[in-house]
Amino acid sequence: MALLRRSETVIAGILLLAMVLIGTINPAFWQLDNLFSLMRSNVIIGIMAMGVLLVLISGGIDVSFPAFAVAAMYLTIKGMLALEYNGVVLPLLAATIMGLAFGAVNGFFVYKFRMIPLIVTLGTSAMVRGFLLGVVGTSMININKMPTALINFGRTDVVSVTKADGTTYGLTAMVLIYLGLALAMHLVLRHTMIGRSAYALGGDPEAARRAGFDLRKTIFFIYCVAGALAGFAGLLHSGMIWLANPRDFVGLELDVIAAVVLGGASIFGGRGSVLGTMLGVFMLVMVKNSLIIMRVDTTWQLVVVGLIVIAATALSAWRDRRRAA
Amino acid sequence: MSDGFIELRNIRKVFAGVVALDAMSLVIKPGEIHCLAGENGSGKSTVIKIMSGVYQPDGGEILIDGKTMPGMSPIEAIAHGVQVIYQDFSLFGNLTVAENLAMNVHLGEKRRLMNWRRTRAIAREAVDRLGVELDLDAEVASLPTAGKQLVAIARALMSDARLIIMDEPTTALTRKEVETLFRIVRDIQARGIAILFVSHKMREMLEISERITVIRNGRKVAEGPTGDFDEALITRHMTGGDILNQPYVWTPPPGPPPAPRLEIRSLTVPGKCEDLSLAIRPGEIVGLSGLLGSGRTDLALALFGMVPRYEGEILIDGAPVRLRTTQEAIAAGIAYVPEDRLTEGLFLPQSIKRNMLATSYERLAPKLVIDRERAEEMTQGMVRAMQIATPTAEKPVMQLSGGNQQRVVLARWLLTDARVLILNGPTVGVDVGSKAEIHAKIRELAQHHGLAVLMISDDVLELVQNCNRIVLMHRGRFIEDLPAAAVTEETVSDRLKTFT
Repeated sequence: MALLRRSETVIAGILLLAMVLIGTINPAFWQLDNLFSLMRSNVIIGIMAMGVLLVLISGGIDVSFPAFAVAAMYLTIKGMLALEYNGVVLPLLAATIMGLAFGAVNGFFVYKFRMIPLIVTLGTSAMVRGFLLGVVGTSMININKMPTALINFGRTDVVSVTKADGTTYGLTAMVLIYLGLALAMHLVLRHTMIGRSAYALGGDPEAARRAGFDLRKTIFFIYCVAGALAGFAGLLHSGMIWLANPRDFVGLELDVIAAVVLGGASIFGGRGSVLGTMLGVFMLVMVKNSLIIMRVDTTWQLVVVGLIVIAATALSAWRDRRRAA
Repeated sequence: MSDGFIELRNIRKVFAGVVALDAMSLVIKPGEIHCLAGENGSGKSTVIKIMSGVYQPDGGEILIDGKTMPGMSPIEAIAHGVQVIYQDFSLFGNLTVAENLAMNVHLGEKRRLMNWRRTRAIAREAVDRLGVELDLDAEVASLPTAGKQLVAIARALMSDARLIIMDEPTTALTRKEVETLFRIVRDIQARGIAILFVSHKMREMLEISERITVIRNGRKVAEGPTGDFDEALITRHMTGGDILNQPYVWTPPPGPPPAPRLEIRSLTVPGKCEDLSLAIRPGEIVGLSGLLGSGRTDLALALFGMVPRYEGEILIDGAPVRLRTTQEAIAAGIAYVPEDRLTEGLFLPQSIKRNMLATSYERLAPKLVIDRERAEEMTQGMVRAMQIATPTAEKPVMQLSGGNQQRVVLARWLLTDARVLILNGPTVGVDVGSKAEIHAKIRELAQHHGLAVLMISDDVLELVQNCNRIVLMHRGRFIEDLPAAAVTEETVSDRLKTFT
């Protein structure tokens, strides 16, 4: 455990260094409104990252969660509009269950046919997106049609500050939901047998089978939770941006996987922690945010994220090799 | 009535029409150290799997404490105290020692939550019971093989074991580690727990066991107290024939001494080995031994161009060469058969032919197109010359036995017209019969083809029998250069023991 702790300390150190660096280039970085907006940007990616972390630990990979998130979000809001239902808890529950059901499909193929998770999730991702656009619709649901309860929920702040010029800004309460889910994931991973079984599966599937783990349960749990978190995050996202776009989240899988790997999780399975992942998410969001502030073109942001994935994966592969040696 | 703890009676097991075990009987008495000896493919692992409930026999019966156990499952076997330590240990490298040890207890109790304090307590108790030092918080992947084995043994002991089956436990251990293992095994025995050693290493069997059962082709061919056996007898039972063990003699040709095939002059790999000088003449087989970490593998890797930053000189047939890449080494006529041929040397799912030709494609395709006829010719010739037991060269290498796989690796290098052959643990994991054949092949290559052979091995007997000189290495330096005719296995082993 000392080693794991050390890899998180390293990530935290790099993060701090990056913050100082960015702060020097752009002093506005340290202003409270920028920090609040940064934390706000952590929420959706962070919640999704919790699911991806779980999948990566088990030795799998998931690229279908953005599709599941957008489908759960769009279907739920369409449903709310059709039923003229205006609430928060039930829709969030519905989106979560939808995501869970999609995740179960991933789990089924991964367990039953022992398929490579990348292929399974690429396939389900394409199907879900295609189905959504082809059958459900392609039109955006704008703020004027969005259920007001969701919008009001999404704009809740924990603290709000009034600036000298009279404008106000605040820290969104969604951060608390993110922190709560992260804590829950930490407890599951560290202190439940199902969480440990994910580590065991990622460490050595054959040994896990021999030891007597119920791998069917483990695999379904992993992909269902990843799907459920994606569905939940999807709807939460639309409440936060007051918009439901069925073409949303394209390319998000790269960002989230980059963040998780940056946070020290091994792409080969068996290693990773919630704290590291949260640091990784923060780092990624911060880098992207700074690129925007520095007016770097979005195309160049892609290059940076790609670079981060490769550098972080190379580093963790190097680390794992050294440990095994 | 039976006085055994576990007894197999006339066990028969058939896989897809192939008889793996037939009329196999085996009795293990409480608290004895028993050895099950047999070559690879003789049915040893099938016996293990039947005793541990993984396979159901197609005929015969299993008795535990004199009671028949029809349709015994793995869980029943464990409940009756049968524990297996697999060759790969079945541990989780990414988890700590403590968690690996406590995992089965948690699973057995069908727990939902993970109690870390209890995990540590369980692990502490397991380690104390074994009486060894293990860092409970260390990640298992960071432990050496011997350490992993200790974790596996400690885990097996936790479940009120009455019989611990060890599958080839000494394969990856150095002589010193084997001695530690044997001490632990005797400790375990003192507590009334029986041990079944499954092995093909005769000297170790004779050293540790009280009774031996030898199987060949799925049948028991001999059984009795260890005192009734010696190496030659076990070999005869295992192989069904005698194997000659004549030491290798190299006589320099008359006239002026030939230039060394391979000569190294004060070779240094920073941090690994220092100031090494050695000359091997055509036809010589030079043995190299030393503890793990003595630098012997680093020397081999440097000679094969895998350590570009070496210092000193390397000469092939008197001509200095600079070996910065494996390509340069191959071009210079150096061939290397690595320690772990399975992971380092072979493409397991690929055919024998492709594996053999892997380093020869450049010569086979001078104009980009492979000369198929010549490729076929070369492969067939090699399959015959190396006596590889296969109907066709298209067979995937993973379907071959360990000995045959090793021969494929040798064949590959012979096809490159190697002049210097470096063998690292050439017969690790290979059974007695194939071992003798591989040794014969190596001697033939040296004697008749004028190769210079450097044989690195932990198996001192192998070196004494097959080399004309033995070099001992310690902490990156050559300590001694002994003519093999002047030493015995014991003297070399004793010398190695003084290295720490």
